[in-house]
Amino acid sequence: MTTTKVTMAQAINAALRDAMTADDSVVVFGEDVGRLGGVFRVTDGLTADFGEQRCFDTPLAESGVVGMAIGMAMNGFRPVIEMQFDAFAYPAFEQVVSHLAKMGNRTRGRVRLPVVIRIPYAGGIGGVEHHCDSSEAYYTHTPGLTVLAPATNADAYGLLRKAIEYSDPVIFLEPKKHYFTKEEVDLENDVPSIGRAVVRRRGTHATLLAYGTGVPLALAAAEQAALEGRELSVVDLRSLVPFDDETVAAEVRATGRAIVVAEAPGFASVAAEIVARVQEQCFHSLEAPVRRVTGFDIPYPPPKLEHHYLPSVDRVLDTLDELQWDLDDLAGFTR
Amino acid sequence: MFAERTGSDQPPMDGLYPAPPLFSLIDSTGGRQAAESELPDSVDLLAGYRSLVLGRRLNTQASALVRQGRLAVYPSSHGQEASQVACAAVLRPGDWMFPTYRDTVAIVERGVDPVEVLGMLQGNWHCGYDPVKHRVAPQATPLATQLLHAVGVGHAARLKNESTVVMALCGDGATSEGDFHEALNFAAVMKAPVIFFVQNNQYAISVPLARQSVAPSLASKGLGYGVPAFRVDGNDLAALLAVLHQAVARAAEGNGPTLIEAETYRIQAHTNADDATRYRSQDEVDGWIAKDPLLRLRSYLVNEQLLTDEREAEFNADGEAMAARVRAGLSVDRPADPADLFKFVFATPTPQLAAQAAQLRAELATEEPS
Repeated sequence: MTTTKVTMAQAINAALRDAMTADDSVVVFGEDVGRLGGVFRVTDGLTADFGEQRCFDTPLAESGVVGMAIGMAMNGFRPVIEMQFDAFAYPAFEQVVSHLAKMGNRTRGRVRLPVVIRIPYAGGIGGVEHHCDSSEAYYTHTPGLTVLAPATNADAYGLLRKAIEYSDPVIFLEPKKHYFTKEEVDLENDVPSIGRAVVRRRGTHATLLAYGTGVPLALAAAEQAALEGRELSVVDLRSLVPFDDETVAAEVRATGRAIVVAEAPGFASVAAEIVARVQEQCFHSLEAPVRRVTGFDIPYPPPKLEHHYLPSVDRVLDTLDELQWDLDDLAGFTR
Repeated sequence: MFAERTGSDQPPMDGLYPAPPLFSLIDSTGGRQAAESELPDSVDLLAGYRSLVLGRRLNTQASALVRQGRLAVYPSSHGQEASQVACAAVLRPGDWMFPTYRDTVAIVERGVDPVEVLGMLQGNWHCGYDPVKHRVAPQATPLATQLLHAVGVGHAARLKNESTVVMALCGDGATSEGDFHEALNFAAVMKAPVIFFVQNNQYAISVPLARQSVAPSLASKGLGYGVPAFRVDGNDLAALLAVLHQAVARAAEGNGPTLIEAETYRIQAHTNADDATRYRSQDEVDGWIAKDPLLRLRSYLVNEQLLTDEREAEFNADGEAMAARVRAGLSVDRPADPADLFKFVFATPTPQLAAQAAQLRAELATEEPS
């Protein structure tokens, strides 16, 4: 096993390079992705190494970027496009929702669109307004889109490779907060599957369900909970669409308690959907209501106030304390 | 005619560049406006006239099918047939077309079976034909969005060193949409082989052109993006063929996009659900009926002794035969398969969709009489 220590930005860069090397039809474009290498340097060196035909800057218009990607996919290419920030993707919403997501269905499978939209998403970086949105629910709510949210550098590499090879459009949500976090990555052997969650830690008392920026937080909370005497499972969902009901239900049934951790506002969110699914599928195994630790239902705050908004270890542990442990004690039952 | 565009190099004193001159070859009475040598080949004009006859017949047939309840709706291009026919006739086999909901006649001229095209309006599915086989994109309903796809197809062709040209269609209303502007700009910067063909039929449902834009012309919008732009009489098949042929050649040679505004008129209401008497006068409509694209080309061809009574009878018979095929094709009630609801959403269905498909199957099984 050969592992290398890379940042998430480098892991994604490697995935793009390897995909472009493996398949001539893979092209990368967007705003500032060419000579600059992207505002986060994720596409660093691609234009120099693969030429301007394979990695290029477009005029500044997000609907244009997505619309053009749709056309290029119709004519044999596999575009991997970058939206510079989560909230900057909104001008492209119509192209994503009305065309990218629906073309396969509209044409009875005759026109499939293998387009990957990379979106640096979520906050925790002290970013000014429009740079920190957790926009996943807009995409997961749209039938036809595959939505991936890796949390580790290995998954960022492996899932992006899978996404580029996929027949359908993929929204690839990159936790920008972790772009420069270094981790050991085994690029050849860590191969995740689209649609499969992974158990990052296994415990007996409760199960934390998380994705993207929520995963490191859930792991930190589990670490702290262990010191306080509660062993938690942590499930990294990785793939929001397709959703891995099987793994999630099994891991929640095993502990009887669940908390969903996600940064987006909680109302009508992916977290809300997960709670509903767990309740439907695990009702008879549950010892307590399924809870959420999410952002408040407010616009993403200014940098000085974002720490009040973001889910924290303390908030997860406080919620954990509320999972009706006293009822277990009353019944003389402990897991 | 491309050379005629630039008049003076001096900017106008009021800062507004005037509209490009309206290009026409045959006037509304069938009179020739240019030397014979500038006209398209008479064989092309005769074939074009046949297509106009068929296009008009398709419009009247489809509108009748709506009244009979066989089609849910039909946005007719009655009055715009010359523009419809010309934009398809100039394309070569490998070229692409990106039509809108009003471009059924153009799609049929491109070679797609009208029964397949109208299948969408019969309620069978969102697109009735195979876009890849015919190189005709699904008819776009959201305005101007398809223009960006056209740019992508064109840019992809350039990267593959193919001389494919993309005909991107839209109307006057769509020129107000952001995607129209993004598409023109992207195509210009990328030198994409796209022809933006705007059928200015004077109304976006009820909103007249004057409320849509105060630009000197819709073609003027090319100026801001560095896209060569032309205005052409959209009811003059000869002029349309001439201008469009040049634009196709220019794109195929790698010289980038062209914007063409065709001045025409929507004789019918927006659709059968619309009431055009609420927003325009019959006098206005009558004025445009006098400029009918079929009548003028017919007058010209008859005057020049290019169209005989026999040929005309033949064309009309072809139109009737086509209409009969359309009636027969659309009278067949194709049962829609509920399983199709789930089949095409993803190349590989998600477990959740597979479960929902099973649920619907089970519901249907219990409904069926045993």
